[in-house]
Amino acid sequence: MSQPDSGRSATQSTVLPNGAGAPAPIKAIRLRHPWRNVVAVILILMLALFIIDASQRDAYGWDNFAKYIFDKRISQAAGYTLLLTIYSMIIAIILGITLAVMRLSDNPVVKGVAWLYLWVFRGTPIYVQLVFWGLFATIYKTIDIGIPFTTPWLQFPTDFISVFWLAVIGLSLNEAAYMAEIVRAGILSVDKGQDEAATALGMSWIQTMRRVVIPQAMRIIIPPTGNEVISMLKTTSLVAAVPFSFDLYGRSRDISAVIFDPIPLLLVASAWYLAFTSILMVGQYFLEKRFSRGVGQARPEKKGTETGAIPVTTGIVVPPGAGGTDTTDKPGKEHR
Amino acid sequence: MTTATSDIPMVHADCVSKSFGSNEVLKSISLTVPRGEVLCLVGPSGSGKSTFLRCINHLERVNAGRLTVDGVLVGYEERGDKLYELKPKVAARQRRDIGMVFQRFNLFPHMTAIENIIEAPIRVKGIKKEAAVVRARELLARVGLAEKEDAYPAHLSGGQQQRVAIARALAMDPKLMLFDEPTSALDPELVGEVLDVMKNLAESGMTMIVVTHEMGFAREVADSLVFMDGGVVVESGDPAEVLSNPKHKRTQAFLSKVL
Repeated sequence: MSQPDSGRSATQSTVLPNGAGAPAPIKAIRLRHPWRNVVAVILILMLALFIIDASQRDAYGWDNFAKYIFDKRISQAAGYTLLLTIYSMIIAIILGITLAVMRLSDNPVVKGVAWLYLWVFRGTPIYVQLVFWGLFATIYKTIDIGIPFTTPWLQFPTDFISVFWLAVIGLSLNEAAYMAEIVRAGILSVDKGQDEAATALGMSWIQTMRRVVIPQAMRIIIPPTGNEVISMLKTTSLVAAVPFSFDLYGRSRDISAVIFDPIPLLLVASAWYLAFTSILMVGQYFLEKRFSRGVGQARPEKKGTETGAIPVTTGIVVPPGAGGTDTTDKPGKEHR
Repeated sequence: MTTATSDIPMVHADCVSKSFGSNEVLKSISLTVPRGEVLCLVGPSGSGKSTFLRCINHLERVNAGRLTVDGVLVGYEERGDKLYELKPKVAARQRRDIGMVFQRFNLFPHMTAIENIIEAPIRVKGIKKEAAVVRARELLARVGLAEKEDAYPAHLSGGQQQRVAIARALAMDPKLMLFDEPTSALDPELVGEVLDVMKNLAESGMTMIVVTHEMGFAREVADSLVFMDGGVVVESGDPAEVLSNPKHKRTQAFLSKVL
């Protein structure tokens, strides 16, 4: 046999470990990790002790927990919490996209205004902002529409705005600042060449954004937005600052004030929050899976996907009899 | 075409200059591309070839000199003796007639090959979808990818992607095609298929400006060749003449490395 041939068969055997002449699998004594086991046992013991103790501790008031977990007032409050979350996120996303586009604008004033907004709303605590919104009617008695310094055409008294909507405004304006940064990161993540290609084809700025940039930015925008929804759900517990008290946490506090037993109601609220965040986390998982797929968004192809560059079974010489374990280059399977 | 307009060169640059800040990228470039001819721009990287192409397509604005495409001033509007910057809408209308092919293809990754091609004709020209699809299929067949219309760019090889990109540009029925190093990002064995498409296009009478390092293509297809370095035209003329008999020292040094 000539030398190149023997060299080739050597590469073959490394390419095909399951071939006819494959060596027996190695049987070695596994490396022990004694300390790992010790730590695990201690942790499990501590957790078990805590659970046993908690189940018997009177202060947790499990009878009251059982009594109120599906109380009608609580489930209504859970509904309010969900509504606060949904309305706030919708407004925050719309406002966030607007702010992101403003920050990417060439107009320095527009850019500056967006920056100022972000500076104020990210630079102050959400709790303080909510207290401010609660005092909105005190600061601005009416909203006037008209030419400044003249008699207004329309005048709205502000004390008509319900506390619920003040809470939504407070939550959404704060969240918009964070959404703006997420959307901006998404838009900036799209290759500049995409913008140029669309522009070179004569597409307008709006068309380029809507048809080319935003669909690609979504892959970057969706996962952190899911996080923000989960975060918003929990932040709604702060609306007591407005004060709005029909949400999950507010209602639990009210009930506990009447029965003089705060702890079981805190557990009730926590259980509901956990249930909601768990559902959202499952949704988030599927969304991320959906949007993190290959750039080509692999829609299954009927005809198979030969890349044209690399012929199937490049360099792998299939030994006779190894029929089942041959070609790894089956078309359409690159994305396993 | 023997209309009155055929005397006007497709592209005419007269002392065109462009700088980014204090960095002067184009220094008084003058050249003419007659209708139906192919011009190859060669030169080392950073010599301003790509910038010149981008100026023709309004992706950059020239700072000095006059640049016209089909007799129309590029980037500015002339009213009386004053120049006005173009509104985006007007610039977009002028760009439609100029096809551009990029080094890195820049296909839209979330659209299939045929969706890439019909996007601009439908959105920009307002062509009906059915008609656009028929035309797109013709173009795909022309670049030899008839069976790939439903493939996403990620599932195409570099050469196939670039051919789709060429078809996408042709779908707008341009009167001028600009190629910015169309084969530089390709594996060597895929270069040929793209050059073949470009050669056919040149034979069909398309006016083309090609920035390239493929000297074989330049020699075979181009009507004229321009060698640029440091933002100036160093040498220009008949491709065969310039390539085999470079007069300027800089051209000789460059060609000795490339050929």
